Amino acid sequence: MTEMAAVEIAKAEDQKPRPFGAGYKLIGKDYSTNDLVAKVTGTAKYAEDFRAEGMLFCRLALSPMPHGRVKRINAEKALAMPGVRGILTPDEVPGHANYVNDNGTMIKADRFSELALADEPMYQGEPILAVAAVDELTCAEAIEQIEIEMEPLPFNTDPLDSLRPGSANAREEGNVWVPNAAPSRDSHLEAVKWTDDDFAVEKEGKMPMGHAPEEWSYGDVDAGFRNAALVLDETFSTEDVSHQCLEPRTTMAYWQNGKLYLYTGTQSTMQTVPAIARWMHMPEDKVVFVSEYTGGGFGSKITGAQTLVIPALLSKKLNAPVMMRISREEEHFIGRARPGIRARTKVGFARDGRITALDMFLVSDAGSYGSNGDGGACAQITSLLYQPPAMRWRNITVATNTLPRSAQSAPGGMQAIAIVEPILSKAARKLGLDQVALRRVNCPEGKAEFGPPRPDGKRGYVTSCFLKQALDEGARQFNWDARVARQPKRVGSKVRGLGVALSTYHGGTSGFDGLLVVTPEGRVQIYSGIGNLGTEAFIDVHRAAAEVLDVPWEAVDIIWGDTSKNLPYSCHSGGSQTIHAMTRAGHAVGLECVQRLKEVAAKSLGGEAADYEVANLRVARKGGGAGMSFAQAAQAAIKLGGIYDGHDVNPQVNGYTKHSVAQLAGTGLVASARDTFPHDGDSFSFLACFAEVETDVETGKYTITDYLGYADVGTVIHPAALGGQILGRSTLGIAHAIGQKWVIDPQYGVTVAERFYQNKPPTILDVPVDMKWNALNIPDPETPVGARGCGEPPVGGGCSAILNALSDALGDNIYQRVPVNCDTILTSFEAGRPMQNPLLAHI
Amino acid sequence: MAEWEDPQGAANSRDSAQSKTITRRRFILGVIAGGAAVSAASYRFLAPPSHGRSGSSGAGERLITLMVNGKPRHVDVMKQETLAFTLRYKLGLTGTKLGCDRAECGSCTVLIDDVPSYSCSVLTHTVRGRNVTTIEGLAAPDGTLHPVQKGVVDEQGFQCAFCMPGFIMSAVGYLKKNPNPTRAEMAQGVSGNLCRCQDYTKILDALMRGAEYTRRA
Ligand code: FES
Ligand code: FES
Repeated sequence: MTEMAAVEIAKAEDQKPRPFGAGYKLIGKDYSTNDLVAKVTGTAKYAEDFRAEGMLFCRLALSPMPHGRVKRINAEKALAMPGVRGILTPDEVPGHANYVNDNGTMIKADRFSELALADEPMYQGEPILAVAAVDELTCAEAIEQIEIEMEPLPFNTDPLDSLRPGSANAREEGNVWVPNAAPSRDSHLEAVKWTDDDFAVEKEGKMPMGHAPEEWSYGDVDAGFRNAALVLDETFSTEDVSHQCLEPRTTMAYWQNGKLYLYTGTQSTMQTVPAIARWMHMPEDKVVFVSEYTGGGFGSKITGAQTLVIPALLSKKLNAPVMMRISREEEHFIGRARPGIRARTKVGFARDGRITALDMFLVSDAGSYGSNGDGGACAQITSLLYQPPAMRWRNITVATNTLPRSAQSAPGGMQAIAIVEPILSKAARKLGLDQVALRRVNCPEGKAEFGPPRPDGKRGYVTSCFLKQALDEGARQFNWDARVARQPKRVGSKVRGLGVALSTYHGGTSGFDGLLVVTPEGRVQIYSGIGNLGTEAFIDVHRAAAEVLDVPWEAVDIIWGDTSKNLPYSCHSGGSQTIHAMTRAGHAVGLECVQRLKEVAAKSLGGEAADYEVANLRVARKGGGAGMSFAQAAQAAIKLGGIYDGHDVNPQVNGYTKHSVAQLAGTGLVASARDTFPHDGDSFSFLACFAEVETDVETGKYTITDYLGYADVGTVIHPAALGGQILGRSTLGIAHAIGQKWVIDPQYGVTVAERFYQNKPPTILDVPVDMKWNALNIPDPETPVGARGCGEPPVGGGCSAILNALSDALGDNIYQRVPVNCDTILTSFEAGRPMQNPLLAHI
Repeated sequence: MAEWEDPQGAANSRDSAQSKTITRRRFILGVIAGGAAVSAASYRFLAPPSHGRSGSSGAGERLITLMVNGKPRHVDVMKQETLAFTLRYKLGLTGTKLGCDRAECGSCTVLIDDVPSYSCSVLTHTVRGRNVTTIEGLAAPDGTLHPVQKGVVDEQGFQCAFCMPGFIMSAVGYLKKNPNPTRAEMAQGVSGNLCRCQDYTKILDALMRGAEYTRRA
């Protein structure tokens, strides 16, 4: 293997794209992942594919109103129906309590957090009751027989409306999440109303800016605007977009010998166990969690949720296995969504397009439970991606009686890029600059800084950034200049438009464990506690361990998806963490295993560990001579015991990993290690995204004719999987631009777009048949394998490349919100100004 | 107004602190009158009769014979039972997925006499005497993958793969009509299938590779 840890970065601009896989045997090469044949033959088991003897079904009664109180439940008739086995009501679910996990971390009770069933539902569609019966039709009929008496409570589904004088608050305690004083990272609710004067600017189509409880700034913002050649002040709203995983969340639960067995799909196998224990108020060692395949997550299935808890509680109560599947409508309500953000952004530009100052004011929608960090992330990403020398951020996060939000691929970052990119495009047109050139002068580079000064007075910075190269290489591959020069832009009613957008998001964390066993049969078994979301990162990362061990991939087995199989403490597969965090852990455990193999050989065959080397499933004396196969080494490790076969454990690893090592003790050479590699800076991944559209100004219809995402994600681990992430998440972003939105009737607070046909993710006909991707493959100098994640970064770029292409075709007076659909274009193009209200929620 | 019957009255609750008592059913009626429906019973699915415990739906089953993946299968079905349900819950063929249960996503696509169909929206008793092929029926008995399955494996197509059985069945069905499609034609051929992971380019790479292998086979 290559000494990639020693990569020296001289100057960022000297770095050139590299061929994938150069210098490696496994890393950077395509291969068929271990779970693929099961997927194509239909034998892969998703949650709904598990069965248990005597399994009951369960269905939910959802709140019909956006805010109310359950006054009385009468289930007598339902319980008398044949086939009905029982119900679960809000007073039977565990309440809010402090919780200490097995790592000793205390998680404080939060009285504003969701419970499994609500007696005061905060949104239409919140589960208030569950019925178990022998089949689902019986459940549904039983629910119809249950009288649920509810008292409607005041509600508000529109964050800006909630700030108007005299408007209703989403919760009795208030409508705005205000951060507690530092060092606390929690928030509390307050009632905040702006004045009629604050709202006066609404008439001009501008977002009002009243009191905002969150604010930071750096640099001299006023001077930046004073010295600008051009200042733009834009109002723009992003839409709330549901995750809409194709697999509706399903859970099957049963109890055996006091243990809870739970089958569902999540983004983490290991980290879901403490979450379940916390929801259930039970010890972690009594939870067995099975999650082999997951039908999409995008941030909505990070760990546990009420959909896991309801069947678990019913199963306990009724002493029978319970399967809870939810319908597509229920998935809309329970399945989480990205918060929409309303933004007023003022940006100053110098004549060469360089940003001189940026002032961003955000109204973020928190939905019905808890605050969220999207507004804060929005500002961080803006400050990193466009490097304004001076910036101010203000934010108000408003609670509404709409469904709970959660992180969705690039939380906050997607909104930041959708808000800022159209302003850059408009500036380039006003200043007579090329779009790529304007982005190039604002592009981050090297150890680029981001965010406000930290308590120590210094700003945070990234591990590395080669976005300029990605932009240049991308522009070349996309033939940007030739496309710009192509004339005419308009033929008949058809107008072409070109868009480019920068994009970034966090590229992963660190500090997790790797665990592997060399078996007496000579196989390498790698244990993975990461969720199998389908991105294949949960397998790809272990190529880092196999690369260090210099073993052929055919000799490796991956064990995943079931916590009874002794999995290590792993990151959850979310936030683009996996490739970064777990290649580090994989590299660490690979090195640990190599060292132990050498020690076993030295103890068995004489000499020092340093006299040996590991290659081709053997550990042998350097330069030839005595050696042993992996099988022999594993047998010798078992004889030696102690640290070699898992009877002793590497003290650095996490408590969960220690437990798994103890279970595996004596089964072979057991190696575990924690990622303790240092890194100077926070890891972020970057993309330059390019798109061309063709619009028909007579119908408003438009077609995306070309797309390219060019990535700076460090070392490419598995090209096909990376391509899937770049184009898949680009399309998730494109969905925001071209069509996805909620529609809520503000009068009743009820949703009218809950199924695919009303709120449709893009189909195969909505995107070009051959979208393109590429990557620089320049290793990140701060991580041993040089690789970072790419789940989030493409989303904002995908959305904004389309938005920018549309304004290139149609001008700056078309849209002030996403999505841009046919009627947006038809009405606004004719009128010569944006005709959709930018601030009303969910229209 | 003691009960919330009038949708206009319902709207007043926003501004009025005065609470109103309603039953769930009446609220639904009110909302339906106001133009939006809240459905309580979207999945009307039933447990296998082998449990021997009857719910409200237990009656009315009839024994019929289906041809599934080339084999006759005897199964008790109800009048209103969908093919997806029969396959998944009575015949144990869980490779056919349910993403929406309402003919919107294509996850449940199977072939009926070689024509791709949404099995969530086909009643089982209507396919008596016809050949039903599911994802489990594509590979040869010795495990050799169908050319389209092999195309997906070779191109590392799809991500979470929940949509994959449906896409593969649609593609296999489409290739019977058009064995040599362009990428755009193949995209049309599978456009009744939705993928939320949405790397449609690699899906097309995989299906086009499958088309090529099918022609060669
Ligand atoms: S499940 Fe049949 S089309 Fe969606
Ligand atoms: S691969 Fe996940 S839905 Fe298609």
